[in-house]
Amino acid sequence: MLYVNGLYKTFVDDSSTVNALQDINMHIEPNEFAVIVGPSGCGKTTLLNIAAGLENATQGTISLNGNIITGPGPDRGMVFQSYTLFPWLTVEQNVAFGPRQQRLNPMEIESKVDHYLKVTELIQFRKMYPKALSGGMKQRVAIARALANDPQVLLMDEPFGALDAQTRVVMQELLLQVWEEDQKTILFITHDIDEAIFLADTIYIMTRQPGTIKKIMQVPLNRPRDHSFIITPEFIRMKKEILELIWEESKQAAMEARG
Amino acid sequence: MQSNGFTSFKLKKKQAEGEKDKGKVVSRRYTILSLIIISATWCLLTFIIRVNPIFLPSPLDVAEAFVTLYTGGILVPYTLISLYRVLLGFFFAALLAIPLGILMASSKKVEGFSAPFIGFVRYLPVTALIPLMILYFGIGELEKMMVIFVGTFFQLVLMVQDTVSSVPGDLLKASYTLGTRGTAVYTRVLLPAALPGIMDNLRICMGWAWTYLVIAELVAANSGLGFMIMRSQRFLKTDQIFAGLIVIGCLGIITDYLFRYLSRLLFPWYERLGQ
Repeated sequence: MLYVNGLYKTFVDDSSTVNALQDINMHIEPNEFAVIVGPSGCGKTTLLNIAAGLENATQGTISLNGNIITGPGPDRGMVFQSYTLFPWLTVEQNVAFGPRQQRLNPMEIESKVDHYLKVTELIQFRKMYPKALSGGMKQRVAIARALANDPQVLLMDEPFGALDAQTRVVMQELLLQVWEEDQKTILFITHDIDEAIFLADTIYIMTRQPGTIKKIMQVPLNRPRDHSFIITPEFIRMKKEILELIWEESKQAAMEARG
Repeated sequence: MQSNGFTSFKLKKKQAEGEKDKGKVVSRRYTILSLIIISATWCLLTFIIRVNPIFLPSPLDVAEAFVTLYTGGILVPYTLISLYRVLLGFFFAALLAIPLGILMASSKKVEGFSAPFIGFVRYLPVTALIPLMILYFGIGELEKMMVIFVGTFFQLVLMVQDTVSSVPGDLLKASYTLGTRGTAVYTRVLLPAALPGIMDNLRICMGWAWTYLVIAELVAANSGLGFMIMRSQRFLKTDQIFAGLIVIGCLGIITDYLFRYLSRLLFPWYERLGQ
């Protein structure tokens, strides 16, 4: 279980302090697909970085199965928005990076690599270097690389944000497929509302500065899902609700900016 | 869908390679053009305008100088001794500069400790240090090597530091989330990511090493290409000066080419700008 307890993050520099996160509380169950949706600058990446152990909280804790997170670790895999494949390693070597780090035996590594290349449909590209891959393929490798390390939680920071709309849809379906096959807890960040509803069990809607969770919504849509869902009345009703919350938020922000 | 992705990818690769080849052909054409212009100008100045050969010897004079130097048993041994000095001095500079540069890029303590000294020495002209070098290391091989070492080491450290600093932070973060710790961060992420850049740093520094070699051999030497050039000047043998310059220039081009070739061979994954 991934618990976020009373989390605060304040950035201080010479001239100003910014409250990036304020009293964030989350209870994410094992194998749950949790999505945080919010406008850019609401602190959602900071939250994910704290969960990954790449940043420290100002106050409060995040714990995984009762252990408070103090630094990065292989129990929490991460997929970044930017392409972070190791360019000097081929696709299969990238996927094998984590298992090799854990010094698993070569047979085991190979079977893991094969498995995750298969589920991410990358088998025929396994010998290629990242420079030869498209953006969508790079992110598929990044997902395979994170999963091959067998983390308990997969943290995803707008992983499809840089992809074109068509590729993004394909990647979302692929991610759900992988997740259903290989049960994992996923904490996923996006500013794309369609993406959030399509993927999530639970949606956390965040507001900007200070970043707080404005509403938690359960997504009642059945699984397995495919993209025909996005035109069902239920989907549209949820989208409308979220949009209204976010619009209200942006209107306020705009008014505050105007003074 | 999969197979479509694959073919379109192959096609893209083919087109990219085609463009690369075209670029190469264009570049080679212009290289040849520039060689023709240089040789033609040289011939024009010496054969037709007949510039005083003390200032500019003709290609034939220089060829003759090559033959004289070669049969006199000077050309090959002097080239070898110069090459030996450059490579040795440069080797030790690289050997120390690469790890120090990496440490400076990754540790504020190391950076803070070494930055003032390196920053200071880097701006001292090597020529001004030669009297000290002779005082400390004599006039033997060690002094020549040290001149090259001092000339390149301090530049190289900062270049390596810069290269390692520019390894994307997200790459390191990704490795942390995959369980990379301690020295593995250096050996499995930082070093492989920085190697192509470091190779470029070495290539550029090698050019400076040749410059400092000639400086080292201008003072207190009795062998080497720099010494040969110096002595030829005393006897107004401009043709031999030119021969020496051509040898150094060619060795420079060859080492440069070797570095590029090695880089391409060792780092097939590297995305070079403009490729």
